[in-house]
Amino acid sequence: MDLLFSILESTLRAATPLMLASLAGLFSERSGVVDISLEGKILAAAFASASVAYISHSPWMGMAAGMGVAVALAMVHAFVSVTYNGNQLISGMAINIIASGLTPVLGLAWFQQGGNSPQLESDMRFHEIAWPGVDAVRDIPFIGPFYSHLISGHSIIVYLTFIIIPVVTWFIYRSRFGLRVRAVGENPHAADTAGISVARIRYTALFWGGLLCGMAGTFLSVYQTGGFIREMSAGKGFLALAALIFGKWRPVPAVIGCLLFAFFDAIQIRLEGVSLPMVGEVPSQLIQVIPYVLTVLLMAGFVGRATAPKAIGVPFVKSR
Amino acid sequence: MAEIAIELTGIDKRFGDVHANRNVSLTIYQGSIHGIIGENGAGKSTLMSILYGYYQADSGHIQVRQQPVHIRNSHDAIRLGIGMVHQHFMLVDNFSVLENIVLGAEGGFTLKSGLDAARIHLKQLNQDYGLEVDPDAIVGQLGVGLQQRVEILKALYRGAEVLILDEPTAVLTPQEADHLFRILRALRDQGKTVVIITHKLREVIDVTDRVTVMRAGEVVGNVMTADVDKEDLADLMVGRKVNLQVEKSTRTPGEVLLDVRHVSLKDKRGVELLKDINLQVRAGEIVGIAGVSGNGQSELLEVLAGMLPASEGEMLFKGEDLFRLKGHRPKPSILREKGVAHIPEDRSREGLVKTFSVFENSILGYHHDRDIQKGWLYNRTALIEKAKRFIQQFDIRPTNPLLRAGQLSGGNQQKVVLAREIDSNPDVLLVGQPTRGVDIGAIELIHKQLVKLRDEGKAILLVSVELDEILALSDRILVMAGGRITGEVPAHEATATGLGCLMGGVQS
Repeated sequence: MDLLFSILESTLRAATPLMLASLAGLFSERSGVVDISLEGKILAAAFASASVAYISHSPWMGMAAGMGVAVALAMVHAFVSVTYNGNQLISGMAINIIASGLTPVLGLAWFQQGGNSPQLESDMRFHEIAWPGVDAVRDIPFIGPFYSHLISGHSIIVYLTFIIIPVVTWFIYRSRFGLRVRAVGENPHAADTAGISVARIRYTALFWGGLLCGMAGTFLSVYQTGGFIREMSAGKGFLALAALIFGKWRPVPAVIGCLLFAFFDAIQIRLEGVSLPMVGEVPSQLIQVIPYVLTVLLMAGFVGRATAPKAIGVPFVKSR
Repeated sequence: MAEIAIELTGIDKRFGDVHANRNVSLTIYQGSIHGIIGENGAGKSTLMSILYGYYQADSGHIQVRQQPVHIRNSHDAIRLGIGMVHQHFMLVDNFSVLENIVLGAEGGFTLKSGLDAARIHLKQLNQDYGLEVDPDAIVGQLGVGLQQRVEILKALYRGAEVLILDEPTAVLTPQEADHLFRILRALRDQGKTVVIITHKLREVIDVTDRVTVMRAGEVVGNVMTADVDKEDLADLMVGRKVNLQVEKSTRTPGEVLLDVRHVSLKDKRGVELLKDINLQVRAGEIVGIAGVSGNGQSELLEVLAGMLPASEGEMLFKGEDLFRLKGHRPKPSILREKGVAHIPEDRSREGLVKTFSVFENSILGYHHDRDIQKGWLYNRTALIEKAKRFIQQFDIRPTNPLLRAGQLSGGNQQKVVLAREIDSNPDVLLVGQPTRGVDIGAIELIHKQLVKLRDEGKAILLVSVELDEILALSDRILVMAGGRITGEVPAHEATATGLGCLMGGVQS
């Protein structure tokens, strides 16, 4: 029982950056801009937040810097693909390459630690928050581990994420901005003739996406590992994108996709070094592959016909 | 005299070398239905786009209710009470009617209050103008007639006083068009102003109060509809005498060349697109297939042209079943070899490669012909000679065979396709929408060519959504609705109204 809850606890932790990135992708893709640059934005944000947190001794300053950098990259993406109707995949790829190249270079120049940031000290990091009464309920069966593993003992970013999920869902489906984002992603010409600026909506959507990517990056470096490590985003942006497609561009199913992947990831960590009957100890590389393979299988098997926003990837050109 | 709703003075607009509007002046009176007619490329859509704020005029003035205005974008136009119903509907398919209507005028940060207010307003509009639109329906699931009404509602919801409709009947059945005209008259009677852009003369005569005729970017006539007839307008549009009647002698058809028996077609999901189609086309006969677009005519044409495999049935050509040649489904190339040529409905997707030159397009589908080869290569001189021959015979302009097909007008592109298919000297010609997006001058030529082929004893199957065209050319008319043939009428007994009923699915 305790094992299950501790797996679920790791699931939540691993899912948080994925969910944030997935929601970031939701904004931009629903507005019709393909966002493969989630990965690069997370990485750049992780680096910026760790660096600033290290210098300022404030995780919150770090988070602000991470968000700022991710938003700046998102604006570059918008500038290329919205203002100049460039190819969105190429623009996104360029951002990924910039992030993966620039972070270790700047890291080396600033910190001389092989491209990583120095290990963050306690006051520079986000910490687990222990909820009141954790110790009191710890030994009650079921409720105890549930409370201590799942409710209490997470970073502030995890709690923020679980507030952000319903807020984003509400925004997309129930607000004026959401209606416009969906319209622009589905038929920008309809939005344009209704007097809506397609460019402004896309810029705004990408802006919000940037903020969320910034949080995701901060979570990785300023909370989870306590420092920036080269290529620490490790494909999370792409996984988040996969989860978004898995959820057919809807917020809640996309979040479920992220949780599912994180769950496999948590199991994988438990399996490492464990000797299985008949097989013996499985090489860790093989085990690390599991979540990815399962994701691919799930994607292939369960998604069915993914109904992407109709105008996705198509630069909007006013013409008739 | 009624008040002036909109006045355009000296509007001039160029796109590069194209002079789309030349010094256009136009007055539209309040509470009237004003038609703007002209051939494709006459500049009528450009003019209305300037009025709706898509383009800025290079020079000229716009006055709305006698106030000079600058319309920089559609937002400005909407604020001035100008609404537009586009030819291609500007709707978000996966939104409900209500969501589409409030888009851009949501009324607040949250949607709920806006949607609730719109629902009430919509009910009123529905009643006032007899629109009969369900606010909660998903737009993508509505028929085109209803989608168009959603567009009208959208404009009215924003308080449009002037409603511009761009080619509103292109996709409607005659009955739906009549319903639309009833709505437009109701709007006029309540003091709204309606501008309709069209090239269909019959509608102009039916529904408008005043007409402006445009040709080559200029206004060439401003008339009261009551004072003119179709022929006058056609002459004005083209700038010379036009013969709207197709000269056609009576002919006794010969042997059956094409015999289609029990053809059905199911798509992947098992939906029946064609249901037990039986038809015959004889030598020296044009058989027209009428119907609202999307009722299986396109599929029928594609099946007969070998582009889609039929689920069941036979296609006998001179007694030989072309569906089962050597046990294979027919490829278009084999059908062409046998003598079944095909002018596809969508020339830019299936008839031509727009980025290829005219001479390259002249051999598409016949690119294995021996006479244009030289060893392993093409004989470029022969190709160009062939294209030049087409250009001369079919009056294709400009006359340069090296030009890319995309640079030609719609009518001239269609002539290239027509020339290519006719030149192969087929026994059966399958023709889809031969004059879609084609100007009147080219229509005349295309119709003449088709009748000439018929007189030479070829069998022609003509699919068209233009009833006038079907009525003018066909010797026999079949009507399709819902994937089946709902009636057959000899041409001399056919009327638009009678066919309209059959097109709506009423069995004869």
